[in-house]
Amino acid sequence: MKKVLFFVSFLLFASLLLLAAASVHPFGEPTETAMDDYFIANSQREIAANNACTAIVFDYRGFDTLGEATVLYAAVVGVLVAFRTLRKEER
Amino acid sequence: MNSDYRMSVVVRTITRLTYGLIIVFGFYVIMHGHLTPGGGFQGGAVVSSAFALLLVAFGSAGLKGRVNRHWFQTLEEVGAIFFLALGLFGIGTAFFFNLFANNPGVPFGQSVPFGPNSGAVSTAGTLPWMNWAVGLKVLTGLTSVVIAMLIGGRKEERE
Amino acid sequence: MSLGNLPFIASAMLVILGIYTLLFKRNLVKLVVGGSLIETGVNLFLVTFGYRTAGVAPIYTYAPAAKRMVLPTPQALTLTSIVIGMATTALLLSFAIHVYRHHGTLDARKVKELKG
Repeated sequence: MKKVLFFVSFLLFASLLLLAAASVHPFGEPTETAMDDYFIANSQREIAANNACTAIVFDYRGFDTLGEATVLYAAVVGVLVAFRTLRKEER
Repeated sequence: MNSDYRMSVVVRTITRLTYGLIIVFGFYVIMHGHLTPGGGFQGGAVVSSAFALLLVAFGSAGLKGRVNRHWFQTLEEVGAIFFLALGLFGIGTAFFFNLFANNPGVPFGQSVPFGPNSGAVSTAGTLPWMNWAVGLKVLTGLTSVVIAMLIGGRKEERE
Repeated sequence: MSLGNLPFIASAMLVILGIYTLLFKRNLVKLVVGGSLIETGVNLFLVTFGYRTAGVAPIYTYAPAAKRMVLPTPQALTLTSIVIGMATTALLLSFAIHVYRHHGTLDARKVKELKG
């Protein structure tokens, strides 16, 4: 009984997701491009970088990169603590 | 799988020949992040895959003379503090202000003409320093995770 | 025959496969793989969101002249998302190893009770 309920809800969710994916903007013409046009036109003058993507990651949106570095650091510390506890139990 | 299982001689020879080249290529991707596709995160993952290759080919004995585990954990914190300090240099104007760009006196301060060109390395202000900080952090962090999962996940005590 | 919205439908199919794995499988490692499939589908959707027809990469080094560039902002968001997905998968796998050491089994229905 629980399996039938899971399966019906899964089919409903899958059909709605496919409907949403097919009705996003037509592939190749994104609609809102004002911010990205500014980034492409001005990243060489203000930051002197040839790579617009790196300029966005480290300068225009550097705060998000700070958050991501924190998440990476927390995950590495979590894995190291977990395996130190495992080794201490085996003694 | 018993503890004296070894990889074949082809794998061990190719690993000895190519792990240095992979490390150099990873540093190249980190260094030129502001000119070509790449940057700190991608280059750090490439260098960490060289150390993972050493672990797969030789077991934990492959890292005995080459990598010190406690040193790597210290280097990760150095990378994180360096990234934060670079953000605080231009605190007079804003957090993460690009202080060195378009400023012909300092190391990475050259300006770039508009339009397609062949890139020069000494441009783009604080971006190359940030690439090195993040690359160091990702490199040492991923290598520490791989070593911890290999050595800590074994039943008998080793190293 | 034109492409239609086929890249968006492909990334939605990846997400649907990941959700199927999370709902109907019992092995812990297979659950981790299902989570990784969902993250892959979302990253693919983000990158294909910013494509412009006949566009080149948003890099000015040796760029072909007078061509329009694709949007660089979704690529920056995908970079962050990939790193966070890797961090989540590493933590999940280390917890799976712990569960195997304590309970001796990887079946998700037999590890329900919390032992001290």
